[in-house]
Amino acid sequence: MSALRYAGRALLGALGILAVAGLWEGYKAVGPGDGVVVHGVVVLPRTTDLAMPHVWDMFGKFSEPVNLFAGHQTVGSAVLSGCWFTLRLAATGWVIGVVVGFVLAILMARFRLAESAMLPWIVLSQTVPLIAIAPLVRRWGSQIHIGGWVWSSENSVAVIAAYLAFFPVAVGALRGLRSPDATHLDLLHAYGVGWWRGLVKLRLPASVPYLLPALRLAAASAVIGTVVAEVSIGLRGGIGRMIIEYAQSAGGDPAKPWAPIFGAIGVGLVAAGAVGLIGLLLRPYRRGEAA
Amino acid sequence: MTTELAVQARGLGRVFGARKGRDVVALDDIDLDIAPGEFVSLIGPSGCGKSTLLRIVADLDAPTSGSLSVFGKSAQQARLDQDYGIAFQQAGLLPWRSVAANVGLPLEVHGAGKRERDARVAELLDMVGLTDFARSYPDQLSGGMQQRVAIARALAESPRLLLMDEPFGALDEITRERMQAELVRICGESGAAVLFVTHSIPEAVFLSDRVVVMTPRPGRIVDIVDSRPVGGHRRDDDFRDAAEFFHTVARVRELLHAGPASHAVPAARGVENR
Amino acid sequence: MSVGTTDQVTSTLRVRPLRDARFTTLLAPTVLGVLTIGAWQLAIDAFHIDPFIVPSPGSIWSEFLDSRSSVWHGMVGTGRNALYGLLIGAVLGILGALLANAVRAVDLMALPIVAALSVVPIVALAPALYTMFGAAANTARVIVAALTVIIPVYLNTLRGLRQVKPVHRELMHVYAARPAFVARTVTLPTATPYVFTGLRIASSLAVISALIAEYFGGPVDGLGKAITTAAASSNYPLAWAFVLGSILLGLAFYVVTLVVELWVARHRGGT
Repeated sequence: MSALRYAGRALLGALGILAVAGLWEGYKAVGPGDGVVVHGVVVLPRTTDLAMPHVWDMFGKFSEPVNLFAGHQTVGSAVLSGCWFTLRLAATGWVIGVVVGFVLAILMARFRLAESAMLPWIVLSQTVPLIAIAPLVRRWGSQIHIGGWVWSSENSVAVIAAYLAFFPVAVGALRGLRSPDATHLDLLHAYGVGWWRGLVKLRLPASVPYLLPALRLAAASAVIGTVVAEVSIGLRGGIGRMIIEYAQSAGGDPAKPWAPIFGAIGVGLVAAGAVGLIGLLLRPYRRGEAA
Repeated sequence: MTTELAVQARGLGRVFGARKGRDVVALDDIDLDIAPGEFVSLIGPSGCGKSTLLRIVADLDAPTSGSLSVFGKSAQQARLDQDYGIAFQQAGLLPWRSVAANVGLPLEVHGAGKRERDARVAELLDMVGLTDFARSYPDQLSGGMQQRVAIARALAESPRLLLMDEPFGALDEITRERMQAELVRICGESGAAVLFVTHSIPEAVFLSDRVVVMTPRPGRIVDIVDSRPVGGHRRDDDFRDAAEFFHTVARVRELLHAGPASHAVPAARGVENR
Repeated sequence: MSVGTTDQVTSTLRVRPLRDARFTTLLAPTVLGVLTIGAWQLAIDAFHIDPFIVPSPGSIWSEFLDSRSSVWHGMVGTGRNALYGLLIGAVLGILGALLANAVRAVDLMALPIVAALSVVPIVALAPALYTMFGAAANTARVIVAALTVIIPVYLNTLRGLRQVKPVHRELMHVYAARPAFVARTVTLPTATPYVFTGLRIASSLAVISALIAEYFGGPVDGLGKAITTAAASSNYPLAWAFVLGSILLGLAFYVVTLVVELWVARHRGGT
């Protein structure tokens, strides 16, 4: 795509975001203060400054100090350090999830029985709500004593992130490992190549186009898992906890809770972008990919 | 009976502008007349522009130079007036519709009533010998049968011109020969002119009144070979064994191998020019 | 029409007698499940594990039966939010995809927004939504569920709308068919399987996100609130009984979507 078209696309994208902001302000200007109520149900939001702060107030918040007691730390820098904290945990969880998911996928690709037995449970595992798992993981972790190392809350959060991340990887990698043409499989068979060598030479490279979207989904899931787990376990330092904290002061300062929300959005985007970079590295294996 | 030509192309050209500035001349200075009821094949190696020419006649593409008229109108008008039917190499049947619903598709597009449609569909399925499969679905049919459905569909509005782009290309040889015999019969019954694109020399000679030999880069007509059976032969299986069939096939093959400059001089026997 | 390579692959990989196929597809996961639960129960009995750490399957089941009416109420509460979210999100997602398919500018403008929504924790919006809509209403939960649903439905529907085969498109051009006719007879039937893929993914996501949104505030009904309340009062078997309820709810949504898909596809006779 030429540079001009790229710029055009980026412009339209920015226009889209501006359109959303415009919609927000537009509704705020014309909408009723108590929101649109249909049969007692609030269908459209309340437009008071308390409920819907102005877009510029939200962004202006980043440069203001967190509160009167925290010295001179701005909201912006607090959110940034929270983002970094969460990102690191999400990354750890992602790595664990990817490894576990991959191992499971290889097992299921090798043994049909393993696939039939495990896949339904793997799919079902994602219907268990995180908020139930989080305290459980922390309790289990606290039982683990290896040498002098003690299980921390951060470990719990990473494990939960891994729990959400392993699923798309397991499913995507399995599809990818199963994807080679019958002709290619027959070719390797004719060369006397066994299953495990065939894994390295054929199935792994063939699985790349399926793996990359799965890795991106896993990154997004890891971020979600981290944020929710941080809230559930009450882990300080991360963006999840910050969202809850700032939301509690929304009464006095309605724009403040939006700052960590934007932060969480940023973490998700960075995580997805990082996985996109991996995709760039693996370009030769994506040549057969449909657009 | 009108004497206007089914297709008249004069100086037709089509140039594709590639990104790096190197143009691809798909068609160059094509002159071609097709009389009503005439069966004309286009044959040539890949890239000679035969499919491009057919697509231009079908108004699926536009020429960059020259003129084209279909029954005295522009290609677009002929398309809007539904003067022709088309069959592609892939049968292109809609998989969620039954065979009967597929054949009736063009009738449905043009608002024919249900009674009318059902009657015509029954007629068409009878013509191609698929009456028993009216309620089957495309995935239940073999390739040859799917193509027959596509041909029935192409004939739905009794067009005066049939455009066919390698419709038997995906079929095996035995089915192909059977389909060719079917096509000869069907076209004989309907009296439509046919523009037929193919890779196969025997197929072109068997089916056509005239065979247009083309050459690639740029896409040009080398020569046009008359392949009407003379000496009282009819287009049946016996024709495939006739001496004149082999002569015509040999002539076409010569032209294909020799290329643009040589049609005045026969190629030396035993010398393969690839 | 020649059979695609993928069909050949699956057919060569699946050459097994019917008897075997039955065993592996249904029996194997059931056997695995039973063995796991059995081992779980054994481990708890053998190692005298505190219910504080993990309750036994037996106690979870008995608690589930005892409290089944509260579990049911919780399921209804969360399920209702998830259902509204699913319906609203599905309609908006499909309409949005239709619009994006028709107007390229809309597609390009929506791209960054959809891309962002697909990778961000939507539940993070929950506190702000409670402020906007009032903490006494379920609206915020419905919106969180709807946002979670819009993404897969939009992306999959858009993909489906673009899957129209060139040969079908050209056929419609040759017939000089009106755009409405083309949409009805070709584009929509081609897109339908993809729409349902999106809906299937979205159905269980709707339940999960509605549940997690409960955690960030709002009224007391719903499974999420029930789980945390039970856990807070150290009634772990009860908490797990509610978790079992949420699993069943997610499963129910998925199965219903699957059944609807099979019913819609019954006339298709093969694709």
